[in-house]
Amino acid sequence: MHPFIQRLLTHGPVVTDGAWGTEMQARGLSGSEFPDAWNLSHPERVAEVARSYVRAGSRVILTNTFGANRLRLSHHDLAGQVAEINRSGVEISRQAAAGRAYVFASIGPSGKLLLSGETTPEELRLAFDEQAQALAAAGADALVVETMTDLEEALPAVKAAHATGLPVVACMVFDSGKDRDRTIMGTTPEQAAQALAEAGADVIGANCGVGIAGYVPVCQRLHAATDRPVWIKANAGLPELVDGKIVYRTTPQTFAGYAKALVAAGASFLGGCCGTNPEFIRALCHELRDARSTPGGG
Amino acid sequence: MIQWGLRSASATVSTLAGADVTELTQANELRALAGKAGPLAEFCIMAMEDLKALHEAVINGDAKTARAITEKALAEGVEPLRLVNEFMVPAMDEVGRRFECNEYFVPELLLSARAMKSSLELIRPLLTAQGTQPVGRVVIGTVKGDLHDIGKNLVAAMLEGGGFEVIDLGVNVTPEKFVATVREKNANIVALSALLTTTMPAMKTTIEAIKEAGLRDKVTILVGGAPLTQKYADEIGADGFSDNAPGAAVLAKKKVASAA
Repeated sequence: MHPFIQRLLTHGPVVTDGAWGTEMQARGLSGSEFPDAWNLSHPERVAEVARSYVRAGSRVILTNTFGANRLRLSHHDLAGQVAEINRSGVEISRQAAAGRAYVFASIGPSGKLLLSGETTPEELRLAFDEQAQALAAAGADALVVETMTDLEEALPAVKAAHATGLPVVACMVFDSGKDRDRTIMGTTPEQAAQALAEAGADVIGANCGVGIAGYVPVCQRLHAATDRPVWIKANAGLPELVDGKIVYRTTPQTFAGYAKALVAAGASFLGGCCGTNPEFIRALCHELRDARSTPGGG
Repeated sequence: MIQWGLRSASATVSTLAGADVTELTQANELRALAGKAGPLAEFCIMAMEDLKALHEAVINGDAKTARAITEKALAEGVEPLRLVNEFMVPAMDEVGRRFECNEYFVPELLLSARAMKSSLELIRPLLTAQGTQPVGRVVIGTVKGDLHDIGKNLVAAMLEGGGFEVIDLGVNVTPEKFVATVREKNANIVALSALLTTTMPAMKTTIEAIKEAGLRDKVTILVGGAPLTQKYADEIGADGFSDNAPGAAVLAKKKVASAA
């Protein structure tokens, strides 16, 4: 195990953070605005989101850099600011963490499908190298390659992250197939675990998806397929429209109710994705504290 | 698949050979008989086997073979619509079935759709020249504020493979653009895609805009995207929802058939 990760996990499972997009929306981000651009235009509001997770108990927070690779930034005329957006994203999170939490910088998908020829492995590797280097130079403690659906894209991302020398978390979205246990490209947890570890990932996981319940078996399978620690960041279900508003039905309590099952299934890092907020993180921390204080529950 | 191909050939050969060949199930037996019935019958057998291979090529995602066979068949006078309806559409149906059974995922869908598209490029001009109408006309796009297009592109590919004419408006499409295109192209289906929770409401806005334009009754509105559910589709007044690309094509066909 990577020594940094090992140290981090000394006292048991670690709570990460929740969704950023909806938290920024609550602070004024409009539906069509590109969240990563807020690192430059509204850094103080991004900082608020980061701080709210630290206060809620996250020991690892991510960064507002999910879409900050050259390919995605091009769509928003921001390709010239790859370095700046990534650097400020890390700086904002580091300031908010203020030594109480670690900063794992987020690297999301390029938005291009290799199989359709929209990009090449070389172009992807270049874009991910650029982003990973910028994030590492700004002082991130680790890198998280997340929300990946295509292994052929995840691998260059993980390799680029690994090349910085920082610990790397690699997670994919398992929500397809009859049993909702594969990525849309058909990759199983076993295939993902093996390939991602080989490419240099120190932590393997699953994020986003269709809800937390389904990620317990996925967690089990990931854990069985690798000796790397497992990272789970599930959604609070799927959104509904209630009185004109988008609502996620899974409550913080229900969500946190799965914490013990996830830990038993092998999860070392627990957090939330779409539909979660600091309340979910508080509830998770509570559950895990209780688990630790009960005899035999630690 | 093989059986009905042979049956068609058998029927032809029966007539030509003046013999009842319904007992024969092997292509080589048929060929032997056809040899006696003359070159026209031989041609029928050859065409039938090649066309079977077209079906296989689409299922296997072999665009090169699919195109080559299509080229040959068209040159030898096989009816273009027959190629589509008897060999290619059933192949895409089979692809959809395998997707439902976890045998095929996005990569296989893409390859089959590509094979289909490759053949359709040769066939479409001929159908247009004949004045043949597509199964339906679809305006598809990712809604305003959303730049995600992988799912949308897959659905567009499946719809084309299913015989629809597809007008792809791309991403970040305003309600006004959807309305204008529906009117201009006389479309009967609108397909909306969104990947973000934050852009899903734009689907409702688009549907409202279509209503306001007086076009709601003229179109079937289908929605899809990772955060979408049947419930959400119902809540915003859509006519249908699918959580996978082949399913979208099946749904579109059903809606068109019931509206006919």
